[in-house]
Amino acid sequence: MRFAVPVFPGSNCDVDCLRAVEDVLGVPVEPVWHQERSLSKYDAIILPGGFSYGDYLRTGALARFSPVMDSVMEAAEWGKLVVGICNGFQILLEAGLLPGAMRRNDHLQFRCDIQPLRVENAELPFTRDYREGEIIHIPIAHGEGNYYCDEETLAELKQHNQIVFRYTGENPNGSVDDIAGIVNRRGNVLGMMPHPERAVHDWLGSVDGVRFFTSMLAYWEENHGAA
Amino acid sequence: MIKATIVVMLKPSVLDPQGSAVKGSLHSLGFEEVTEVRIGKRMEVWLNTDNRAEAEARVAAMCDKLLANPVIENYTFELEEGA
Repeated sequence: MRFAVPVFPGSNCDVDCLRAVEDVLGVPVEPVWHQERSLSKYDAIILPGGFSYGDYLRTGALARFSPVMDSVMEAAEWGKLVVGICNGFQILLEAGLLPGAMRRNDHLQFRCDIQPLRVENAELPFTRDYREGEIIHIPIAHGEGNYYCDEETLAELKQHNQIVFRYTGENPNGSVDDIAGIVNRRGNVLGMMPHPERAVHDWLGSVDGVRFFTSMLAYWEENHGAA
Repeated sequence: MIKATIVVMLKPSVLDPQGSAVKGSLHSLGFEEVTEVRIGKRMEVWLNTDNRAEAEARVAAMCDKLLANPVIENYTFELEEGA
């Protein structure tokens, strides 16, 4: 299984994602500059956190039109695994690969903390190594993570079990229905505000992100062999 | 040349945390009559055309595609010729 991490001007969690895949899975992973047009040799794509294009206009709005995003859309269509973490989640929303939009945190603070999350759906390629209802601890760091969708979309997300992670305890940004991460209807495109790549070693304060990556590898090998 | 002045605002149904914060500060300054503040973006875009109808269609397309997010925002714009 080969991972790609597209790097936009302003991405700053790209190296964290590369290191997490290397350290946890030991499979090939490469940074891909945002002007690259083909991702065909990769099986999974992680859009990293940061401030793509300075977050000018709106978070993720300009990155969504980077050349690499066409091949991210294609990869999603082929059923490859696509993850957007933090700014990557914002880009997936702007690209329409996931429903909804992102607003500023309701209290206007930038929040940097280790946040408890509840795993709401443990049957996905990204969560099969967790237990449903399990509380995990994953770092957050964002000023604009206040997920919004209208009531109709929320009902659809619930109906199709697309809410993957919810904040427990305090909701750190005011997101609708305490949503921290969602997946598309097909289950191969996931966006989340918390950073699992920053929770893969004891010295980082949590290892609860490890199973996010092991889930992806286990899913891929089961469905596509160990190639 | 035609200049388009575009205003993008959060939809009325969407919470505007910046506006709420500014309202709170206005209240603390004694402007207690303020009942609501909404903050948006004003953009000025110059188009190399003299065709008003065409400019209108192009600016609307820009707003739909990039300048506003239709999930949470509305937009309006005005065109000014010879600007």
